[in-house]
Amino acid sequence: MNAPVKTLEERKTELQGMGDSRLRKEDARFIQGKGQYCDDIKLPGMLHMDIVRSPVAHGRIKKINKEPAMAIPGVHAVLTADDLKPLNLHWMPTLAGDVAAVLADEKVHFQMQEVAIVIADDRYIAADAVEAVEVEYEELPVVIDPYKALEPDAPVLREDLAGKTEGAHGPRDHHNHIFTWEAGDKSAADDAFAKAPVTVSQHMHYPRVHPCPLETCGCVASFDPVKGELTTWMTSQAPHVVRTVVSMLSGVPESKVRIISPDIGGGFGNKVGVYPGYVCAIVSSIVLGRPVKWSEDRIENISTTAFARDYHMDGHLAATEDGKILGLKVDVVADHGAFDACADPTKFPAGLFHICSGSYDIPTAHCSVKGVYTNKAPGGVAYRCSFRVTEAVYLIERMVDVLAQKLNMDKAEIRKKNFIRKEQFPYTSAFGFEYDSGDYHTALEKVLDAVDYKALRAEQEQKRNDPNCPTLMGIGLVTFTEVVGAGPSKICDILGVGMFDSCEIRIHPTGSAIARMGTITQGQGHQTTYAQIIASELGIPSEVIQVEEGDTSTAPYGLGTYGSRSTPVAGAAIAMAARKIHAKAKKIAAHLLEVAEADLDWEIDRFKVRGNEEQFKTMADIAWAAYNQPPEGLEPGLEAVHYYDPPNFTYPFGIYLCVVDIDKGTGESSIRRFYALDDCGTRINPMIIDGQIHGGLTEGFAVAMGQQMPFDEQGNLMGNTLMDYFLPTAVETPTWETDYTVTPSPHHPIGAKGVAESPHVGSIPTFNSAVVDAFAHLGVTHMDMPHTSYRVWKKLKEEGVQL
Amino acid sequence: MAKQIVKMNLNGQEIEQLVDSRTLLVHFLREQMNLTGAHIGCETSQCGVCTVDIDGESVKACTHLAVQCDGCEVKTVEGLAEGGVLHAVQEAFYEEHGLQCGYCTPGMLMTSYRLLQDNPNPTEDEIRIGLSGNLCRCTGYQNIVKAVKSAAVKLQQKESATA
Ligand code: FES
Ligand code: FES
Repeated sequence: MNAPVKTLEERKTELQGMGDSRLRKEDARFIQGKGQYCDDIKLPGMLHMDIVRSPVAHGRIKKINKEPAMAIPGVHAVLTADDLKPLNLHWMPTLAGDVAAVLADEKVHFQMQEVAIVIADDRYIAADAVEAVEVEYEELPVVIDPYKALEPDAPVLREDLAGKTEGAHGPRDHHNHIFTWEAGDKSAADDAFAKAPVTVSQHMHYPRVHPCPLETCGCVASFDPVKGELTTWMTSQAPHVVRTVVSMLSGVPESKVRIISPDIGGGFGNKVGVYPGYVCAIVSSIVLGRPVKWSEDRIENISTTAFARDYHMDGHLAATEDGKILGLKVDVVADHGAFDACADPTKFPAGLFHICSGSYDIPTAHCSVKGVYTNKAPGGVAYRCSFRVTEAVYLIERMVDVLAQKLNMDKAEIRKKNFIRKEQFPYTSAFGFEYDSGDYHTALEKVLDAVDYKALRAEQEQKRNDPNCPTLMGIGLVTFTEVVGAGPSKICDILGVGMFDSCEIRIHPTGSAIARMGTITQGQGHQTTYAQIIASELGIPSEVIQVEEGDTSTAPYGLGTYGSRSTPVAGAAIAMAARKIHAKAKKIAAHLLEVAEADLDWEIDRFKVRGNEEQFKTMADIAWAAYNQPPEGLEPGLEAVHYYDPPNFTYPFGIYLCVVDIDKGTGESSIRRFYALDDCGTRINPMIIDGQIHGGLTEGFAVAMGQQMPFDEQGNLMGNTLMDYFLPTAVETPTWETDYTVTPSPHHPIGAKGVAESPHVGSIPTFNSAVVDAFAHLGVTHMDMPHTSYRVWKKLKEEGVQL
Repeated sequence: MAKQIVKMNLNGQEIEQLVDSRTLLVHFLREQMNLTGAHIGCETSQCGVCTVDIDGESVKACTHLAVQCDGCEVKTVEGLAEGGVLHAVQEAFYEEHGLQCGYCTPGMLMTSYRLLQDNPNPTEDEIRIGLSGNLCRCTGYQNIVKAVKSAAVKLQQKESATA
């Protein structure tokens, strides 16, 4: 009996390809406690490493006494910079062209800096030994404020750079100056400002924050002295680049270094860098010939590994009286901490900050960013964003609000007036970015309709006029554009390696497949979504497609997952590799069906002979034939590799609106409504997109409403535990409403733009805009984050708001 | 370091182990018993990724000594599924996309499991408050709340089917 013939729709649905809200393949292990994270790895003979850290933020190391620690039974070694010197490993290169101390070399530059390591039988003994190491410091004057760091008589922080007037990014004009980077046309912008009838300026500080994934950083390094091979499991968002760095540092050939990123408990930029802990664990394993585990604790995580932001920005807009923007100028002082360890493409020390002209058609623009050393931990990573795009979006969205207030214009109106119009795409900004596609007006109208913006404004007006109203109501509106998917390797590289990404797909004889990628998931669901792209391209059910990432010995070289580059870059590599297979499959199908390739049509999962419905070969038939009877002249097998170098970035955008009610008595903010419309181009898995957006909005909420890393004058970080550092719980977190439009990227093989970071980037200025809007009728144009109840309460008092 | 014998019922099995008196329960589970489902995310009892169930209460295993569990019944995420059948909370987290990186998931599941034992039909507010000792950096909680609601329905259906 013949099986019932499936309809086209049924065949398509069975594939669970692009557009399907397919449940996640990775979940089965996680819900049963069977994930394998770094700290879950246990090797025979494994030792534990722990780190002795500096209590002072700036000081000279006078003496280190290891003896009391060495005397503890179960302690194998205590190593300091002096022990690493003969190996030339006491300093290491950073991603930003600077060097960073692996273990403090004579001097400490920030509180909690790594001073020595101990290796012991277990983590408890290691912790005891850390306490037992005696270090004497001579304290030096501390510089926390980057403006003060640039004063002529400011203490010299980096003595190792004495006399170096040329940094990795141009001249240094002060001992604490790292670089000054500029983009745009200064004279054109100055000219526009000189002639403009209206100008506005605003100073703002984007506070130092930390990505704080729930899993901290760590690794297990295992050096096999017999084979000379080094295997390291590591919480890394970029294992291939790490392998290159490790090989360069250790001298072990890259072919003998294997970096494995196992399951990762969230990254958000925190796991891009190469930290002293990793390097020390690797060195220890090589020296001791035994596996060594290092697991950072939360205090160490927040205090030392990869902060984000800390931008002090002065924004200026020039405009006509009716609100058409004529020019933008931005000056930034960027606090990079003690070492310049920003994770940015080499040529961009301020990342892609020059996307700061936003969604607007601004004819002239200039920005300058000055990087400065201070006595704080190094970092400067992209916390759930593309390189410095969060800062850029915050700046422009704030400035547009400030201008609207000055001109007494509505926030939506001023945006409509200045948007890059649909027909202007591809659009080249004054900073030189070529925006691929967008339709901002349609998206904005959709949001304004959905929330009934007019009614909200009317309600606000009425509440402002009612002295008995217990709350201040604010409406925040943000219309952002991101630049993601770094990037074209002609302009973007990390340590000289172009920022392409890669995919290798192999179809097995029985029609199932394995795909390996140079990226690494940290919760984004690559194992699910990547398979969906292949399913749609090749007509193989997602269910039988295995996706593997993170093992440098099996996966093709890729630059990793950060900056929303997985879908824009690796996603494209998948489609291109699949298309190579598709082309070969067509040859095999033609051979099997004894027709010319030109006579074949592709339909979901098969090639059909045109005009003869009965004659077809499915991808499964073809896979079998590829290993069994390939046409003459064609090599057997069915696989392909593609290294995708994107022709351009992608430019996802979104329109976010937030309504906040602020208690006049307590300063508490309650987010009444948050409406997020995202346009990430082609949508691969709507369920996962929504999940990513919920998560990003929640992180944005945390940044805007509570996260900060304050330092006292001595350089003590005031609050480096989860007791102080704000991570919202289910109670504070608002309920999110999501929506979308679809404007595919014209240059991307499947039209996708990337999404996971938009909600973080876009929501932060939205919350800010809402809180400031609640005070706008009092003449307030800006308030720095975070909007904790206490800070908002102080503002209420300052403005004389009565209950 | 002084070692002590600890007897407990761990996921339905009676066990007897020699432990250092200062060993935290989470390290005992993860390193001595090789149950790595309970994770570690802080050292201040804030994040809840280490949550397990002890004698019918949710407990943060990072601030509990293994020796305190002597004579107790301890359940971890590995003991949630029975006879190869997933528990309703596990099913629901999967179906409602209640997890992303999965790091908070074992703790979330254990807290949700206990929450639904204590309150089989919670409101959204009760769920949010009930989960407030468990942080998640990935999901924004919305789908987790949905998952707990869905698990409540599943459990009630099971209950009425067996009644
Ligand atoms: S590890 Fe954070 S509460 Fe236990
Ligand atoms: S799923 Fe990543 S922390 Fe919750």
